[in-house]
Amino acid sequence: MKNNPVVINLKDVSIKLGGNQILENLNLSIRDKEFITLLGPSGCGKTTTLRLIAGFLEPDSGDILFSDKSVTNVPPHKRQVNTIFQRYALFPNLNVYENIAFGLRLKKIKDSEIRTKVKEMLDLVNLKGFERRTVDSLSGGQQQRVAIARALAVDPKVLLLDEPLGALDLKLRKDMQVELKNIQQRLGITFIYVTHDQEEALSMSDTIVVMDGGDIQQIGTPEEIYNEPNNAFVADFIGESNILDGNMLADYKCKFSGAEFECLDKGFDDGEAVDIVVRPEDVDIVPVEKGMLTGVVTSVTFKGVHFEIIVDIGGFKWMIQTTDYEAVGSKIGLFIEPDAIHIMKKSKYSGMFGDYSSFSDEIEHLSDIVEEE
Amino acid sequence: MNKNSSLRMKLYASPHIVWSAIFIVVPLIMVAYYSFTNADGAFSLENIYRLSDYTTTFLRSLWYGIIATIICFILAYPIAYIISQSKLRIQTTMIMLAMIPMWMNFLIRTYAWMNILEDSGVINKILTTIGLEPVHMINTPGAVILGMVYNFLPYMILPIYSVMTKLDKNLVEAAQDLGAGKVSVFAKVVFPMSVPGIVSGITMVFVPSVSTFYISQKLGGGTFALIGDVIEMQFQISNNFHFGAALSLVLMILILICMAFMNRFSSNEDVGGGMVI
Repeated sequence: MKNNPVVINLKDVSIKLGGNQILENLNLSIRDKEFITLLGPSGCGKTTTLRLIAGFLEPDSGDILFSDKSVTNVPPHKRQVNTIFQRYALFPNLNVYENIAFGLRLKKIKDSEIRTKVKEMLDLVNLKGFERRTVDSLSGGQQQRVAIARALAVDPKVLLLDEPLGALDLKLRKDMQVELKNIQQRLGITFIYVTHDQEEALSMSDTIVVMDGGDIQQIGTPEEIYNEPNNAFVADFIGESNILDGNMLADYKCKFSGAEFECLDKGFDDGEAVDIVVRPEDVDIVPVEKGMLTGVVTSVTFKGVHFEIIVDIGGFKWMIQTTDYEAVGSKIGLFIEPDAIHIMKKSKYSGMFGDYSSFSDEIEHLSDIVEEE
Repeated sequence: MNKNSSLRMKLYASPHIVWSAIFIVVPLIMVAYYSFTNADGAFSLENIYRLSDYTTTFLRSLWYGIIATIICFILAYPIAYIISQSKLRIQTTMIMLAMIPMWMNFLIRTYAWMNILEDSGVINKILTTIGLEPVHMINTPGAVILGMVYNFLPYMILPIYSVMTKLDKNLVEAAQDLGAGKVSVFAKVVFPMSVPGIVSGITMVFVPSVSTFYISQKLGGGTFALIGDVIEMQFQISNNFHFGAALSLVLMILILICMAFMNRFSSNEDVGGGMVI
């Protein structure tokens, strides 16, 4: 993937919408055959980035290049990218066949070829025999498939997907994730995928671009993003994390929560203040006397595969995922391996996330609600 | 739906049903009754036979109605499109401007046009002042059609504008995305999606145009009697309710045929929404 040629390049792109600076000097390059996901909360600029690439928006400054050719002033219908819209945007006056044939008819392709292509596309999205159906008679999932078939029928080099699964229920969404990934690999085209769902991003992408406030916070593979987050925002947005104030004492040696730990990070100044991430699943529970840290359990939630317990350690609430039940009020010891500790430079997000004292499932759930952009 | 709730639904609908019966069904039956009876109240086809004397008037009414409707459409469609594409505040202002004439009395509007079109009217005064020959406009078919277009244009603009504002912007973008330029977007998305508005606009302009009587009297000077004029004459002057009813009945049937034709023509592309008769 890293050696594939760059197909899309955004250079210092800035744009204001309705008086708000949405993106400022954004730089991003996208490689051929890459499944790249723009991930971030509502209003982070991910959809705007996608619309800039599609051509529905023009940047105020900066340049957008397709294979080294500027397309900044090229209208959407002349760009070699196609979009899957959040609410599908199928043409209600046309049946499934005509919807898929729409782009082909504009290209003045012969009827016989269109017929073959539409059939091929319907096979691809598992909608054989749906040609004559009206759009209204389809379920949400089926409409989504038609939208995918319609966009892929014109052989785009790059497919843009704007929260395509946002309106589907959980089970269907999981199935479609797998299917989309399969389609992408089978056709070998670039997918640029926009979502606010970190799980979706982790399971589908080759590359994840984490965005917040119009800035790219981190670009990397799902593993890099998860294991080595750049800052407290990324660490908090992707998965669960305990983010602590700490100091680097020396290379491979850090201090937080009043104790010293071995770690795998180096290259910081001695004594430098840093943010420290410990993932809840990387903490082992041990008897108090063997613990590197000790704390009191303040809540336990059964999650099926594991318990999620909140532990108070010197006033800071940690989240720990464990398969062993610990009663509320019991005193436990914590053991943390060096490779479970990740050190980050201080950033503007320091101190904003990572403490579970106000944690509740309900609030977590609210932040998952599909955004309307 | 169970029996109980469907009964309740009927109960809620009863005022409307009674209203429709008294003010729509009963008058229709009366029109039919009068059409097939003579002054003595006996069954008669005399009125129907007499209708053939007015074939030309019928055709003229239809013809003028069609022309007025076509002109209204040609004017209203771009206006509605432009309004729907402007900023929200401009939209409200422009729709207000389109509607303000409707707030003024129909008779006054038509009288105003008489003043403008007369041989010694506003236009001819301007023409003679700048040294041009005056043009005879009043009492011509053109003046009658102008009156129809002027009076009924808002009824064409509003329904078309209303479907266009409801047009999903995503559809336009989807079409662009698939390679449609401005012309294709219009031909393949905007126009087909606006058909319900067009059908309802045509209905709302064609029906009153065909049956109008006042406009033709004032702007046509009585020389171009339309079927509405003849009907009015039967009721107001000749006091022949029976023949008047027969004329109305035929006019109604003609309009229904035209509408059925329109609906049939549009049903292939019908996407719901909009009013169809």
